[in-house]
Amino acid sequence: MSLMKKGAEANLYLEPFARALHRAGEGKLVVKHRISKRYRTPEIDEQLRESRTALEAKLFSDAKRASVPTPVIYEVDRVGMRLVMEFIEGKQVKLVLDKLSRNARRRLCELIGRQVARLHRAGIVHGDLTTSNMILTREGKVYFVDFGLGEYNPSLEARGVDLHLLKRALQSIHFRVTDEAYRAVLAGYQREFGRGAGEVIKRVEEIEHRGRYVAKEDRTWR
Amino acid sequence: MICLGIESTAHTFGIGIVSDKGHILANVSSIYVPERGGIHPREAAQHHAAVAKKTLERALAKAKVRINEVNLVSFAAGPGLGPALRTGATAARAISSFFNIPLLAVNHCVSHVEIGRLATGAKDPVTLYVSGGNTQVIAFEAGRYRVFGETLDIPVGNCLDVFAREVGLPSPGGPQVERLARKGKHYIALPYVVKGMDLSFSGLMTEAVRKHRAGGDLYDLCHSLQETAFAALVEVTERAVAHTEKKEVMLTGGVAANKRLREMLRLMAGEHEARFFVPSMGLCQDNGPMIAWTGILAYKHGVRQRLEDTVVNQRWRVDEVNIPWR
Ligand SMILES: Nc1ncnc2c1ncn2[C@@H]1O[C@H](COP(=O)(O)OP(=O)(O)O)[C@@H](O)[C@H]1O
Ligand SMILES: Nc1ncnc2c1ncn2[C@@H]1O[C@H](COP(=O)(O)OP(=O)(O)O)[C@@H](O)[C@H]1O
Repeated sequence: MSLMKKGAEANLYLEPFARALHRAGEGKLVVKHRISKRYRTPEIDEQLRESRTALEAKLFSDAKRASVPTPVIYEVDRVGMRLVMEFIEGKQVKLVLDKLSRNARRRLCELIGRQVARLHRAGIVHGDLTTSNMILTREGKVYFVDFGLGEYNPSLEARGVDLHLLKRALQSIHFRVTDEAYRAVLAGYQREFGRGAGEVIKRVEEIEHRGRYVAKEDRTWR
Repeated sequence: MICLGIESTAHTFGIGIVSDKGHILANVSSIYVPERGGIHPREAAQHHAAVAKKTLERALAKAKVRINEVNLVSFAAGPGLGPALRTGATAARAISSFFNIPLLAVNHCVSHVEIGRLATGAKDPVTLYVSGGNTQVIAFEAGRYRVFGETLDIPVGNCLDVFAREVGLPSPGGPQVERLARKGKHYIALPYVVKGMDLSFSGLMTEAVRKHRAGGDLYDLCHSLQETAFAALVEVTERAVAHTEKKEVMLTGGVAANKRLREMLRLMAGEHEARFFVPSMGLCQDNGPMIAWTGILAYKHGVRQRLEDTVVNQRWRVDEVNIPWR
């Protein structure tokens, strides 16, 4: 097996179709294996790996149904904690975003914003919207991967947190272009989401004011 | 060069005296303990004002330093509770103007990381900073400290403290929960919430309290609360390690006293071939030396502030601070 990537919670292997699925087929597939973490108690470890594997597969296909490009899932192995999926050829948005021209960056971010809105309208939140989980293909499509922290949640709060995470990723990784990138994301999001987008965006601002030191003052009243 | 640093962001009024060689000459503090319930900002401020003079005298005596030998005064200007912060600021300004010593306002969270680096020798760690008032994963990237993960609601120390209070354990709750958790045998499923790089503990706290009221075994619940909260903390820290590819992990803040949390982080660090560091507890908790040392770093790298620049900022974020010394 050839290790393609060692993610935070999984190892990703690139394998010939036949080897990954034990049946005839062309090309290469990605096997995402959620590895056990010795630091956490076995009950939590098993529960997290199993539920995330199963849920991720389901979210991938529902996202695709909502017109958000995601890899095709070929196999869900809840015992081995493995997902077998299509290999997406392209570049991580993380690696290209800062290098693009201003206009290209704006277009890309608008598209990302639109896709986030499509997920949200379908009742899905991604849960880990960072630019390493977005793959830009040669045709200019943006694939979303890693739904391991995603969920079905149509609440304002969940949507706000989702967008907030994307903003945070832009701040910590793409600090040179954060503002323009985030503005474009919001523009795309608003256009696609339509009515109600303003409420979500307002919630993002609210979330930013919590969890800082505000919590400390809140606890006075507990 | 000798710096006198004043910490007063929350419960602790602390004074530290540190030399520019990094020698900690004094670390003296007085901690406000609320009679009941959580912290009351105004009471904390009153406590700090009442103990300020005494604490200063003890620190100078401990360091064997006279006030006119002090070359710099620094204080924690945030983040923290407004009234408590203002007490520290007032004390610092008074010393500075009365004895004509330069004054610097420094960031509390940056100071936790800096004193940790000084004390442990860690050079460029991913830091998990966990206390009653803060829960953050911090790492240095492109000229600044950046927040790679934080709580979306209550800090983890607060989660332990409130749980403990609700089930009738004495305060502070963290050490109590740790003690009882050792006798816990069965894991009771509790809500585990990681959202990307961020965390949430309020649902966990509420559910643990609810399960206790429903007759759940307290030992098992303490064990399960710790296991759940800490697994989430370590997962988010691990994400930052994987993302930044740094080879050092540091734990600090009052919750760093917890042995189980240390063990979990050490295991995680090992899996990433990273070294693991924890400063001594006197320098993990809120303390004066961290403020003094950060003052020295800033001053030696040309940071100067006019009196009117030294305002307190309750929500001062680490990523807003210029770090010319790195
Ligand atoms: N199907 C895929 N095709 C190509 N690259 C992928 C695919 N799935 C994931 N990746 C890349 O591998 C990285 C890690 O995968 P991910 O699912 O995010 O694992 P983890 O949750 O452990 O980080 C992703 O950020 C992405 O860049
Ligand atoms: N052994 C322990 N295990 C878990 N938490 C602990 C332990 N010892 C102390 N704590 C927690 O640390 C917190 C105090 O942190 P500290 O950094 O001193 O200040 P502050 O809460 O004012 O920010 C409290 O929430 C306390 O319960």
